[in-house]
Amino acid sequence: MEHAKSGPGSWPEMADVVPVPQDDGPSPVVPIAYRDDFREVMDYFRALYLAGERSPRALRLTAEAIEVNPGNYTVWHFRRLILEALDYDLLQEMNFVEKIAECNPKNYQIWHHKRWLAEKLGPDVANKEHEFTMKILALDAKNYHAWSHRQWVLQTLGGWESELQYCNQLLEEDIFNNSAWNQRYLVITRSPLLGGLMAMRDSEVHYTIEAILANPQNESPWRYLRGLYKGENNLLVADERISDVCLKVLKNDWSCVFALSLLLDLLRSGLQPSDELKATLEPIRNSNPEMADADLATAVCCTLQKCDPLRVNYWSWYKTTLSSQIS
Amino acid sequence: MVRLLGGGSARRPQHTARSRNRRPQQARAQPSGGDPPPTPAPAAAPMASSPQPAPPTGGDPAAPADPELPRLTVTQVEQMKVEARVADIYRVLFGAASNTKSIMLELWRDQHIEYLTHGLRHLGPAFHVLDANRPWLCYWMVHPLALLDEVLDDDLEDDIVDFLARCQDKDGGYGGGPGQLPHLATTYAAVNTLVTIGSERALSSINRDNLYKFMLRMKDESGAFRMHDGGEIDVRASYTAISVASLVNILDVELAKGVGDYIARCQTYEGGIAGEPHAEAHGGYTFCGLAALILLNEAEKLDLPCLIDWVAFRQGVECGFQGRTNKLVDGCYSFWQGAAIALTQKLVMIIDEQLKLSYSCKKPSGEDACGTSSSGCTSEKSSSAVDYAKFGYDFIQRSNQVGPLFHNIALQQYILLCAQVLEGGLRDKPGKNRDHYHSCYCLSGLSVSQYSATTDSDSCPLPQHVLGPYSNLLEPIHPLYNVVLDKYHTAYEFFSQE
Repeated sequence: MEHAKSGPGSWPEMADVVPVPQDDGPSPVVPIAYRDDFREVMDYFRALYLAGERSPRALRLTAEAIEVNPGNYTVWHFRRLILEALDYDLLQEMNFVEKIAECNPKNYQIWHHKRWLAEKLGPDVANKEHEFTMKILALDAKNYHAWSHRQWVLQTLGGWESELQYCNQLLEEDIFNNSAWNQRYLVITRSPLLGGLMAMRDSEVHYTIEAILANPQNESPWRYLRGLYKGENNLLVADERISDVCLKVLKNDWSCVFALSLLLDLLRSGLQPSDELKATLEPIRNSNPEMADADLATAVCCTLQKCDPLRVNYWSWYKTTLSSQIS
Repeated sequence: MVRLLGGGSARRPQHTARSRNRRPQQARAQPSGGDPPPTPAPAAAPMASSPQPAPPTGGDPAAPADPELPRLTVTQVEQMKVEARVADIYRVLFGAASNTKSIMLELWRDQHIEYLTHGLRHLGPAFHVLDANRPWLCYWMVHPLALLDEVLDDDLEDDIVDFLARCQDKDGGYGGGPGQLPHLATTYAAVNTLVTIGSERALSSINRDNLYKFMLRMKDESGAFRMHDGGEIDVRASYTAISVASLVNILDVELAKGVGDYIARCQTYEGGIAGEPHAEAHGGYTFCGLAALILLNEAEKLDLPCLIDWVAFRQGVECGFQGRTNKLVDGCYSFWQGAAIALTQKLVMIIDEQLKLSYSCKKPSGEDACGTSSSGCTSEKSSSAVDYAKFGYDFIQRSNQVGPLFHNIALQQYILLCAQVLEGGLRDKPGKNRDHYHSCYCLSGLSVSQYSATTDSDSCPLPQHVLGPYSNLLEPIHPLYNVVLDKYHTAYEFFSQE
């Protein structure tokens, strides 16, 4: 990083190195019109990479190559070999990669490098890693790489203590942030401090229903609610709060697709509709004479075909699966 | 044409007046989403009229939300901006006379061909960020050109074969450029490019023995693959490995072992598939995971009804697909999500089976039905006699057992009206620049949606399933590999004899 890149010949420490140009052949395709500084760095890189030189100057050169293109995984790979050979200070390396990551937060190589470092540094860096991903997520709360890294650190190095609170905070800022809901699911099901899904389910159902009632058009909590009973449809059906929330939402807006679709799943899974539910759905039925004799699930499905035109093909197909169930 | 949707009759998110969120939020720009590597900006944005949400550095310090709508979150604000732009475009369409409509819905073949062909020979300095993705650049140009039925001249084809040979590592696999470390994703791009070229010279340039050894080296003890020596493990790596191995007929029990279980572990509570276990369901990984499992003949390891539901809900009021729940529409998901849900049209037998099981024991099938451990139906299949190349072949012979499960016409509308760039090339969404990645995946998605209503793989779509003039019809693809179907058949023949 100390080099002043003022054009060719500005690499005194490479004086003895013969640059190796890229072998693109006589008639290249997808040829990139490289700028001189880019070409120069890469020509030196190829020379040291081919020679397998794992030296301090090679390490400095990889930093230059990464700066001009952080997506070059070969450079990162070689850098790791050098770091190991030199027994380099990995905390210092962490600072280096974080600086690069802040400018390139959506790059596979950087996050992979970070994971490699954190794995070597161990549980002591867990909280520091969490602080870093928090910083990145403050700029883009849905950065996929940052979330994956955070999850890996939690599961490998720990630092679960305030994770649920962090999810709460992000969801308070943006209840539509599906990445935060997904993280919440990880915390509820995997945190060693909370006792797992069984222990948390009741309060989570409560939290999620509140979120739904505040924003019935927010798909994330609807999916999360189903997720709390993943693989246990019988319990989903048995929890009256689930059908209740559908009912409440439908009373306000009978065409709410998320409520109708959850209700449909409940009915398909054996929900016995209450009188209140039947009464709520009565107008839907009456609006459609051909539905008068249909079972409730079919009637809901027909409603979805109408009020969710984008998914009309999906609901038509869904309806066929209902009839095959009956037969 | 999908009238119901555009022009403000938004059905889905409706993140507007109903919101009761607590705090006012700043409208903060999100850097462009999706999987692809950073996109250089070689062309000017053709629709750069309305204000674009802030520079990618994420600054945009004090842009308070519209005082009329004080309680919107970042997600809502970004969503509304996109909806408004798309609605403007559709409004013009709906107001137009019918011959104008037809012109608006035209696929600008010549311009796309010109843009893609030009890139094969000339890329500006800004492309240096893709210097480790050059086989991808080849694929992102050669494949959409094949979709457009554009024949490359022989010299150019030979030059591509020569170039990719320079990217092939002496110990197998292809790197991102000459002399770079072999990488599974660039190997996929290189092999798909060579298959698309389809000449004997192209197909025989692949060193299959070394490729097989490279893939074995990339296999982790979990069964999943890593991208390169010491590289990351994720569903992309597993898909690219399995797709390539299947396509060139080197897939065997050894390579297949454990991959299916790893992918099944990546299906989330939402129904889609994530990059690694517990991460968020995502369109790119959902396609990769599902396609890989079908190639392994292990699709029953997923909870398919749940997956279909999730994908179906990713199509939004803009008519295109988003990559994740509550994220913005992006043209590239026309393929990732569109092809994923189109694949399930041929999986009805498994789906029916899973639905039956979930009714009878009130449990979803997926894990419980089949076991994610290497027991049950897996071990039965794992005899060494399995002919893996057949799975990809038989799949495409199968007819679509149901019609499209997504809105195939709406998707075409989004691609033609919102993703096309007048000067050629396609893009993520209005206000973004074109690039080769989006050109490739928007056109791949267009092909998938045009053919999604045909029942068998030999027939042509009816005119009502092709939005716009019938000349918009692209070549069909093999959706598990995303190569043009004819080219697949040539390669299949070639590698069956090897």
